[in-house]
Amino acid sequence: MELICPAGTPSAFREAVDAGADAVYCGFRDETNARNFPGLNFSRPELKESIGYAGKRGVQTFVALNTFMRAGSEALWYKAADDAVELGADALILADFGLMAYVAEKYPDQRLHVSVQASASNRDAIQFLVEAFGAKRVVLPRILTVQDIARLTRQIDCEVEVFAFGGLCVMAEGRCSLSSYATGKSPNMNGVCSPASHVKYRRDGDTMVSELGAYTINRFGPDEASGYPTLCKGRFEIGETHGYAFEDPVSLDVVDHIEALREAGVSALKIEGRQRGKAYVAEVVSSLKKALSAQPAERSALVARLRSMSEGQRTTSGAYDKRWR
Amino acid sequence: MTLPPALVAPVDFAPLWLIERAARTIFSSVLRAHPDLFERLGEYRQTRYLFCPLDLPLNFLVVPASKTVHVSRKTQRPVSDACIEGPLVLLLGLLEGRCDADALFFSRELSVTGDMEAMLALRNALDDSAIDLPGEIGSLAGPLAPLVAGAARYVRKRALEGRDATWN
Repeated sequence: MELICPAGTPSAFREAVDAGADAVYCGFRDETNARNFPGLNFSRPELKESIGYAGKRGVQTFVALNTFMRAGSEALWYKAADDAVELGADALILADFGLMAYVAEKYPDQRLHVSVQASASNRDAIQFLVEAFGAKRVVLPRILTVQDIARLTRQIDCEVEVFAFGGLCVMAEGRCSLSSYATGKSPNMNGVCSPASHVKYRRDGDTMVSELGAYTINRFGPDEASGYPTLCKGRFEIGETHGYAFEDPVSLDVVDHIEALREAGVSALKIEGRQRGKAYVAEVVSSLKKALSAQPAERSALVARLRSMSEGQRTTSGAYDKRWR
Repeated sequence: MTLPPALVAPVDFAPLWLIERAARTIFSSVLRAHPDLFERLGEYRQTRYLFCPLDLPLNFLVVPASKTVHVSRKTQRPVSDACIEGPLVLLLGLLEGRCDADALFFSRELSVTGDMEAMLALRNALDDSAIDLPGEIGSLAGPLAPLVAGAARYVRKRALEGRDATWN
């Protein structure tokens, strides 16, 4: 299985390549990609240089253009696709059907991957994208069990890529409106989930309070590991209960399921984290690369250290083994 | 890791102007060597960033656009747009991109307040810049450069033992 690794900056890109990535995915410095954060992402010259660096080492570059086009501003997305193709991207990761149609028509030889943001999770949806736009690979949403994935791979005519490590989203990828509800901006349309412009942290005695827009997301006690200030990871009072309403601040880790995913027909494992620093990228990529070639019994120990770098300092296998609540 | 008290004590008595001069010299040297840092910071180069090392009785107020560093005692807290607090070693580790900011935030070793967009832009700009502080400090030492840089690298290695990733 290929290891698909994140890069938010050229430095992180080189780290991912040097640490053993089979492919690195990244995006332009604008709202065409779902990690549109300040100071992050690539200018055109930076992408060109990075693609060259990867290509010389036999590593592929995937360019994520995985937000949905805004009516009237389609030119921004079309231009991004034109530039990514011209710069030599090995694949474009797309979510918007209109953009898929544009790429399929204008660049029929360009490899097209279906982003997780397209939320294609069943045979009919995926086959439609394969037949209509020539999609070569689908990145599955993190809502399926390993058994679901195994059934699906047998029914579709494209490769399957699944998330193996990193941040988790709620079970509505590409359709989540929680960030829009709180801030007016979303990863789907603006490339930002819980934008930093709306995030505040403040101290209340020994407690750290995180706020998003007008909402208090969480209050972390002095020795409590913290998480991202997103509504989906918020701790709320609902009726008589007090706790995480959607999901806990915890990260995905399916290293224990590598064999099962391989047998299920998965072609590639994806690491989430374009917003993370190069130290994280280097550590996670090299650990997972070693885990992929290690004996199953050795894998957990190889990635144990990564837990301390994860959100909430805890990991879960999420929906993959159905114990997820 | 926090600084041992024996190292911190002299800072209480050192004149501020001297510390500020040293900090400005290093800051200017870093900016000269990494002009790309400005480009990635974009509009946030005007931001007043406050660095508060928890184990040092000083605060550092940095404004990238004007290339200024103001040093103040902990008893005064200057007005800033964005502030980051943590042990000095980890703040320097972040400056060089040797530590992952999110991981330190999750573990509560770092705390951030103020303008989070500006803080994120700075984090990402620094992370991409491949700053080598021992090299920068060494470059200011004239003929003693290799010696000073080597000593600084040794201190860094010991201070960040087990904390920094095996990046290249």
